[in-house]
Amino acid sequence: MNPFSYVSPASAEDVFAVLGDSAASGTTKLIAGGTNLLDLMKENVMRPQRLIDINGLPYGDIEETAAGGLMLGALARNADTAYHPLIRSNYPLLTAAILAGASPQLRNMATNGGNLLQRTRCYYFYDSAVPCNKREPGTGCSAIGGLNRQHAILGASAQCIATHPSDMCVALAALGATVHVRSSSGSRVIPFADFHRLPANRPEVDTHLSPDELITHVELPDARSLASHSVYLKIRERASYAFALVSVAAALELAPNGSIRQARLALGGVAHKPWRDIAVERRLVGAMPGDRVFDEVAEALLRESHGQGANDFKIPLARRAIVRALGLAVKGTWANTGEVSADEEFV
Amino acid sequence: MFFYLPEKHVSTPTFLPDEARRHAVALRINGSDIHIQVSPWVTLLDLLREQLHLTGSKKGCDQGQCGACTVLIDGKRINACLTLAVMQNGRQITTVEGLAQGGALHPLQQAFIEHDAFQCGYCTPGQLCSAVGLILEGEAKTVSQVRELMSGNICRCGAYPQITQAVSEVLGLVPNAGDTDSSVLVGTVPS
Repeated sequence: MNPFSYVSPASAEDVFAVLGDSAASGTTKLIAGGTNLLDLMKENVMRPQRLIDINGLPYGDIEETAAGGLMLGALARNADTAYHPLIRSNYPLLTAAILAGASPQLRNMATNGGNLLQRTRCYYFYDSAVPCNKREPGTGCSAIGGLNRQHAILGASAQCIATHPSDMCVALAALGATVHVRSSSGSRVIPFADFHRLPANRPEVDTHLSPDELITHVELPDARSLASHSVYLKIRERASYAFALVSVAAALELAPNGSIRQARLALGGVAHKPWRDIAVERRLVGAMPGDRVFDEVAEALLRESHGQGANDFKIPLARRAIVRALGLAVKGTWANTGEVSADEEFV
Repeated sequence: MFFYLPEKHVSTPTFLPDEARRHAVALRINGSDIHIQVSPWVTLLDLLREQLHLTGSKKGCDQGQCGACTVLIDGKRINACLTLAVMQNGRQITTVEGLAQGGALHPLQQAFIEHDAFQCGYCTPGQLCSAVGLILEGEAKTVSQVRELMSGNICRCGAYPQITQAVSEVLGLVPNAGDTDSSVLVGTVPS
């Protein structure tokens, strides 16, 4: 790692004071869990001259909201969030997604805010010896025409085809979370769908968070009606501890007659951001669950998908994973805690 | 964290930022209070190994992928390579050197010996600390959950069946109950 200076303020006001004018230049970075940032610093991909340790800020709690939802502190750890009794009972989709990601050690360190802000990335982004528009804007994309088995099939650009690797964020997208942020000049709430961005012609920018802003909380709306039929299906190269080739967050509310009253569907591993299309999702509402409507929805969700060669397989894989996840969600809820069940082989 | 291991790049410090200075850090490591000055960029792993000469924790990948550096911070297992020492000021750290008590091996250490749960031994300190963390978390109720919740620790010798048996035995789990994996008993060769 390159040398850098370090401060650990105790309040957001102090963070903003230290950030000052250096925020826009990118020479100062906030650090919480550090699991992605330190890794990138060791690889010389990120080279901040100053780190602001925000672990002393009061955003570590998980609290119920008056609206029947939950406010997740940005500094609450991923593991503590996944295993929180209210998350387990009311948001099993979130528990399942978090536990499908990383390793127990990383989940103990990584924070909720940091999970959102981990870099959208690929192996060329990590290799500072090759061109990468995300790492060095304007140098080109080594993944296009290169090894791109892991890369995007939706929303990519001629500049960048990297994928956002978070599992947690796919569930947050499906659950319609909002992101609470603040800066020295005020605070605002960003809908989850508007938090991460597609690469377009500025792949070096992963999110719509301004450099002078800080995530304080992630708010979950009341989603108890979806808790009985939710699945996070993750397809990867090994049984545990690998990024998704394709992942599907599916949650349903079924009416007494068995028809779908409410549906949520989001994909991971396929784009620069978690992929959710509300118009397509709505086609499920009112339908009797079954492979025919699930196939139709999968086709619609993937209608603009585009392979890069080595990742062409992701398109049929995603289609089948969507159908399978929705079918599993009709049957019940899987929490990805490794509980032995009749359908254990799918996790 | 990435499953792919890129080439290592050597970076030569060309400058020292104005505020770059050493920080006083107080840690309780394996029951002993340590007061030490560290540069901001020293990871907890490098502090343990290079400055405190606690070389039980290993540097395998230095990227959070292999788990060989696993230690416990306030009872929680973490990758010591992915946190800065200066960030852990005031914490209690347990490394593999702190598991045995009064000359008696930790039950996990004893179980690893009895199950022959290692070959070269390089990953073992991380496996042991990870298993201690797993037991404290209390989430593993079956052998297949043990396997899942130990997946942050790579063993390139492939001692996974024995590691799983050792950890499961200490947890009091029935070996291979509800387990779809073909079991490998120590001292036998599977067909």
